[in-house]
Amino acid sequence: MLRDITLGQYYQAQSPIHRLDPRVKLAGTLIYVITLFFYKNFAGYALAILFLALVIRLSKVPFKFMVRGMKSILFLLMITVLFSLFTTPGTPVVTFWKLKITAEGTKVAVSMVLRLTLLVIGSSLMTLTTTPNNLTDGMEKGLGFSKVFKVPVHDIAMMMSIALRFIPILLEETDKIMKAQMARGADFESGNLIQRAKAMVPLLVPLFISAFRRANDLAMAMEARCYRGGEGRTKMNPLKYKGRDYLGYLILLLFMVISIWVGRLELPMLTI
Amino acid sequence: MSIQIEHLTHTYGEDTTLAVKALDDITLTIPDGQFLGIIGHTGSGKSTLVQHLNGLLKGTSGRILFDGKDIYEKGYDLKELRSQVGLVFQYPEHQLFEIDVFTDVCFGPKNLGLPKEEIEKRATMALQSVGIPEELYKQSPFDLSGGQKRRVAIAGVLAMSPKVLILDEPTAGLDPRGRDEILGLIKDLQRSSHMTILLVSHSMEDVAEYVDRILVMNHGRVAFDGAPKEVFSHYKELEEMGLACPQVTYVMHDLAAAGLPVDVNATTIAEAKDNILQALAMNASRLSRDQH
Amino acid sequence: MGNIVRTDNLVHEYERRDEEGNSIGVTTAVDHVSLDVKEGTFIAILGHNGSGKSTLAKHINAILAPTDGTVWVDGLDTKQEENLWEVRQRAGMVFQNPDNQIIGQVVEEDVGFGPENMGVPTKEIWERVEESLKAVGMYEYRKHSPNKLSGGQKQRVSIAGVLAMHPKVIVLDEPTAMLDPGGRKEVIRAARGLNQVEGVTVILITHYMEEIVHADRVFVMDHGKVAMEGTPREIFSQVERLKELRLAVPQVTLLAHELKQAGIPLPDGILTRKELVEAITAVSRE
Repeated sequence: MLRDITLGQYYQAQSPIHRLDPRVKLAGTLIYVITLFFYKNFAGYALAILFLALVIRLSKVPFKFMVRGMKSILFLLMITVLFSLFTTPGTPVVTFWKLKITAEGTKVAVSMVLRLTLLVIGSSLMTLTTTPNNLTDGMEKGLGFSKVFKVPVHDIAMMMSIALRFIPILLEETDKIMKAQMARGADFESGNLIQRAKAMVPLLVPLFISAFRRANDLAMAMEARCYRGGEGRTKMNPLKYKGRDYLGYLILLLFMVISIWVGRLELPMLTI
Repeated sequence: MSIQIEHLTHTYGEDTTLAVKALDDITLTIPDGQFLGIIGHTGSGKSTLVQHLNGLLKGTSGRILFDGKDIYEKGYDLKELRSQVGLVFQYPEHQLFEIDVFTDVCFGPKNLGLPKEEIEKRATMALQSVGIPEELYKQSPFDLSGGQKRRVAIAGVLAMSPKVLILDEPTAGLDPRGRDEILGLIKDLQRSSHMTILLVSHSMEDVAEYVDRILVMNHGRVAFDGAPKEVFSHYKELEEMGLACPQVTYVMHDLAAAGLPVDVNATTIAEAKDNILQALAMNASRLSRDQH
Repeated sequence: MGNIVRTDNLVHEYERRDEEGNSIGVTTAVDHVSLDVKEGTFIAILGHNGSGKSTLAKHINAILAPTDGTVWVDGLDTKQEENLWEVRQRAGMVFQNPDNQIIGQVVEEDVGFGPENMGVPTKEIWERVEESLKAVGMYEYRKHSPNKLSGGQKQRVSIAGVLAMHPKVIVLDEPTAMLDPGGRKEVIRAARGLNQVEGVTVILITHYMEEIVHADRVFVMDHGKVAMEGTPREIFSQVERLKELRLAVPQVTLLAHELKQAGIPLPDGILTRKELVEAITAVSRE
């Protein structure tokens, strides 16, 4: 289950999307997600789907990788659907027992599903096409202005990139410790909430110890390689905008303006 | 009373294009009381194989019989199986978690739901059998030395009183002193109890002196299976798999190739020494005869 | 050629503390060690766990500072605060656990980490990354994620990461302890390559005697002191002493020793299988 999380999983390919400056992709994702909340009709969503489909196509990332990211939010999605189906007031369409599904509820449910799905696929596309290091570089530079307010941007970016590198290692370790404790008769699956929480101790204690040991080793290795913070550091891949990046911003701007304009038109049949 | 594995196959990521056969049609029988060495390099499937034997992993196809009963049958008690087939993982000291050594060793038997007296009796016996002195019982496991931690972790599995003990690379990361201590300990356990022992390792030299039988794994299959001498006679094929035989094996083969009448099947230093001495004596008498 | 590393009466003490943090005594990990390492040589430091060999190693990279005595790396005193980064650049270090020293998500990004920290211009970083990866034979893996590599490959990436900093000496602190035999061979081959092709001084710390056969000079540590010192042949010829220090003498050397004890006239300090076979066949012809 833990392996299904696409966040932070990079898919290697040669594509125009992969080559884009990470700042463009970060801004793009942000713009895309925000516009999703402006639509008042399904025409807006149709445009958003079309746009995302085009970008996915350009990125050469197989569609199944996006779907994999969806698995992790399936539960959340179902709750949202049920909640909006049954609690939105309006004209009932189907009624059974005390519950009724309203026409308005159906529309809200559909739009919620669309919004969440597009949001997740849109942001996993960013992590799938950008190496985590590149991504943190983008954040570091893109948010560079906040240094003025004493925000330690470099340190935060370094922490993120280290965290991303160690997530797969710690997941593997979790799996191993779990198995080892199961071999000693530990039971992680049955019992009530308190029993289950207690059963986690033999898993969590070794995991924390291991994480601390790794952190200690890593800090030493970084110091041995002359790491002393962001001061005086050069970059292997310095970020520099190129023609395609400006084009990217332009397309994003156009998409934002057009889709919000269309998405807020008064279309009686398609209104949510 | 044995472990029978029949056509066991394990495929990772079965319905994807990246499907990898970690185990490919394994069939073998491990009789009671045997001391078996399982050898293979990283990724050969040896660790995957042993995790099937206590039901931590389930085969994609095939079956495993423990004491004649199919462990994949509905209603088979896997918890009971895990108490019978004790598995010591690689770097087992990384799983220690309790406040003191004794409590940690009690974890296994406690999970079996045994009465308190029995739990403590078993923990004491297990700690004694791995040579941890009583004054360490109340110490934090994290304050022990590397070799001691590993022995406490092994005791944690022994305290379940298993019939089969599987050790996955028990000497990994230890220095030669620690390695010899752990191997000696396993040998003692085998002699004093009637446990079946499976020792997973990537070093032929480590297991050659101890085991009754060697199973060589390669690409998820059994490449060789037999007594150490038999297996080492395939030293050239083993070399191609990236597995080195004990150095003695090579020396004996080289000497035979150079025309000395030595027995190429000698695997230990003592055997090799006697054999070379004999060969040299024979050679000397032949040479003196030729001169006359 | 001068001495690239010199220690003079180096002492390192750890303070032992009880649960409340009060000092309850002092452990001397390194005890008056004086040694010289000539530039361009391959040095091995041998010893079991707790012999002080890793503590000694950490002094060469200025991760630890001496309690007493002095360490010079390329003429720089490691105790001087202002020399710290210069020392760390000139003496690179590779650690035991391959997973806990790789910082980058992609092999080439990791190799570039050191030069980035040193402020090397971008274009030169790329040149250094390329030549370092080629030197350890990992160039074709430059775009891979380190998580997908084998232990031996990860260690070679770590070596490349140090090499890209253009050090004069590389300290390898038990780089093979967590690897399988194949990985061990890979790493030792890479280390020898650095020494012979790139001319970098290599200090290999290990507890495997097979790995020191090709060293120019060997130091054996025990209880924080240098217990033996010499060429591999000199070291290997003292089998009884090595057994006393509880080191694992390779089978070939042990067999030669046993045969000698039984009266076969073999030369001292046999290191390799080839030497042993040749010596025995020579005896058989007499």
